[in-house]
Amino acid sequence: MAKIEVEGLSKIFGPNPEKALDLVEEGHAKDEVLEKTGQTVGVNNVDFDVDEQEIFVIMGLSGSGKSTLLRCLNRLIEPTEGTVKVDGVDITDLDSEKLRKFRREEFGMVFQNFGLFPHKTVLENTEFGLEIQGVDEETRKAAAEDALAKVGLDGWEQKHPDELSGGMQQRVGLARALAVDPEVLLMDEPFSALDPLIKREMQDNLLDLYDEMNKTIIFITHDLDEALKLGDRIAIMKDGEIVQVGTHEDILTDAENDYVRDFVKDVNRSRLLNAKDAMIKPRAMVYSEQDGPRAAMHKMRHEEISSIFVVGKHRQYQGIVKMEDVLELVNKGKDDLSEVVKEVPTASPQEDMDELFSKIANLDCPLPVVNDNNKLIGIIVKSSVLSNLSSEEVV
Amino acid sequence: MAIIDFLTQKIPLGNAVEWLVNIIISNFGGVLDSFSAFIKTLMDGLIGILSFGHPLLFIGVFALIAWLIRKDIKLTIGTVLGFLLVLNLEMWDPLIATLASIMTSVLISLVIGIPMGVLKSRSKIIDIITRPILDFMQTIPPFVYLIPALMFFGLGTVPGIVATVVFAIAPPIRLTYLGLEQVDEELKEAGRAFGSTPFQMLFKVELPAAMPSIMMGINQCIMLSLSMVVIAAMIGAGGLGKPVLRSLSTVDIGLGFEAGLGVVILAITLDRLFGRETN
Ligand SMILES: Nc1ncnc2c1ncn2[C@@H]1O[C@H](COP(=O)(O)OP(=O)(O)OP(=O)(O)O)[C@@H](O)[C@H]1O
Ligand SMILES: [Mg+2]
Repeated sequence: MAKIEVEGLSKIFGPNPEKALDLVEEGHAKDEVLEKTGQTVGVNNVDFDVDEQEIFVIMGLSGSGKSTLLRCLNRLIEPTEGTVKVDGVDITDLDSEKLRKFRREEFGMVFQNFGLFPHKTVLENTEFGLEIQGVDEETRKAAAEDALAKVGLDGWEQKHPDELSGGMQQRVGLARALAVDPEVLLMDEPFSALDPLIKREMQDNLLDLYDEMNKTIIFITHDLDEALKLGDRIAIMKDGEIVQVGTHEDILTDAENDYVRDFVKDVNRSRLLNAKDAMIKPRAMVYSEQDGPRAAMHKMRHEEISSIFVVGKHRQYQGIVKMEDVLELVNKGKDDLSEVVKEVPTASPQEDMDELFSKIANLDCPLPVVNDNNKLIGIIVKSSVLSNLSSEEVV
Repeated sequence: MAIIDFLTQKIPLGNAVEWLVNIIISNFGGVLDSFSAFIKTLMDGLIGILSFGHPLLFIGVFALIAWLIRKDIKLTIGTVLGFLLVLNLEMWDPLIATLASIMTSVLISLVIGIPMGVLKSRSKIIDIITRPILDFMQTIPPFVYLIPALMFFGLGTVPGIVATVVFAIAPPIRLTYLGLEQVDEELKEAGRAFGSTPFQMLFKVELPAAMPSIMMGINQCIMLSLSMVVIAAMIGAGGLGKPVLRSLSTVDIGLGFEAGLGVVILAITLDRLFGRETN
């Protein structure tokens, strides 16, 4: 079952939303409603589900309604219409007492400008959620210290927020949200105020934490790079509506309208210039000196991949083996891999994106990057190349 | 005809006010009396505490407080020297009386003013109603308060304190309100997002965040109370204002100077201690 189900959600800002709401439900767009009624549509009749333990990214230009939508989920902003179900419970129905309980136990929130209490120390800030819940001092101190350690801030407990850099302040913001051990993290452009290097570091940090923690994350950004890096699925908003929801492959290769296409066009192409920038570390390799078909199979199963690169001594590149071939070997009881090792095109570290694209386009496995000494130094997966091509070539 | 009447005949405004005051006195005399008694008790208690032990002990304690607040050795020494001078000039008792009445006024102003500021920020209606009243209280010359204060409470310390409170209460109300209004929206969202009750929002999020502004209100309240010292003496308040006034009527330059110096020393000390924002 989906963790969060949103249905027919609308938010109208203005003194009499009824008329505007009728128009919205008839399918009128934001500017029409504004023209006819003078009311601002923050969120326009939105439906989506967020799966358990998914990173769901909401992306859109400024004013598209991302923050409003996010705040409707925990009713910091009261939705005008529609339902938000969390684990099947419609939270738009809750009275203020029950809503508070829900906010305390279910949601942790992280803010763009950190939202830290200047009068509290780092530790006290982190304890805040538990303090509000009336948890005793010792327990909450332990939980807060734990959360601070997770984000790499142990030793900073007694500082005040203004003594910390932006990146560290947002770590406190994250720790404060984690300290209450919520099911869902709501993050409103948490890294937008940080400079690019710190931002990337924080993204990696978040992904590491995510792997450890079984949380559902709803993450807002206006940065496609960030969305692609973090999102299991991405929703693109425009004028209060969600214009497309999908995995990053969907969004990049199958933009559903001009708006999304424009968005994708903005992907920062210069970020990755050549193979060396685009490659990632292979998750596992088969060492032909010692690994046989069984080991290869085990490694593929473990990493949930359908093919794996084979290297010799000093990671000398040899080729790739596919799951189905390896399976056959195992069934036949053979223990020499070499007969199923296939050749695939390789790239050198300096090759540029256009060459890479032509090589990878028809490949059904990652592209190996091999240096002058024939050593396998990395692999390139399709999506990272696609995301770096201009929109003309992608869509 | 009516217009001419209107232009030539004085409106009996003065009579009306007098009538109103009389009504209040005859109907709420009991309330006024117990209020008066309460303020007196508070004052006497404070004087009792402040004059417990030898003045030198007091000076020592005060110097310690000065040191703890500002960590400034020059200021601490200055405080000690100033008070010693007042002691030497035999103005010690009036100084203590003045200090006690300032403390009483400030205490009452804060106890009423800070909650008023909170109410103002919670309710649009209260905000709209109090706005012109506060403007009025701050623009009217303080001498004018003396008259109703005198009528309600007679001569003495109490009307002095009441007039002082009326004069000094606006900044704590205004700056509490302002501080609360200026609390960062994200902080409030953070408070609510983690499930704060309205009570927790106020005491754990908003008031602490508004503290710098509230402190400023307290500082201004102290300074305004101080500036009422001599004026309040006109309706019989004790303390340093009294010899200043007496020296005016008897043209006693020496006495006037000595008492005036006492006021100045107290003013400078309080200003240095609380008058600027604490860091
Ligand atoms: N309190 C409010 N009153 C009136 N209109 C509002 C209010 N809050 C938001 N809006 C309007 O709702 C729309 C969506 O705003 P929202 O803040 O959700 O956008 P956003 O996508 O988060 O933008 P940004 O990237 O700038 O944060 C905007 O047109 C905005 O002007
Ligand atoms: Mg926003």
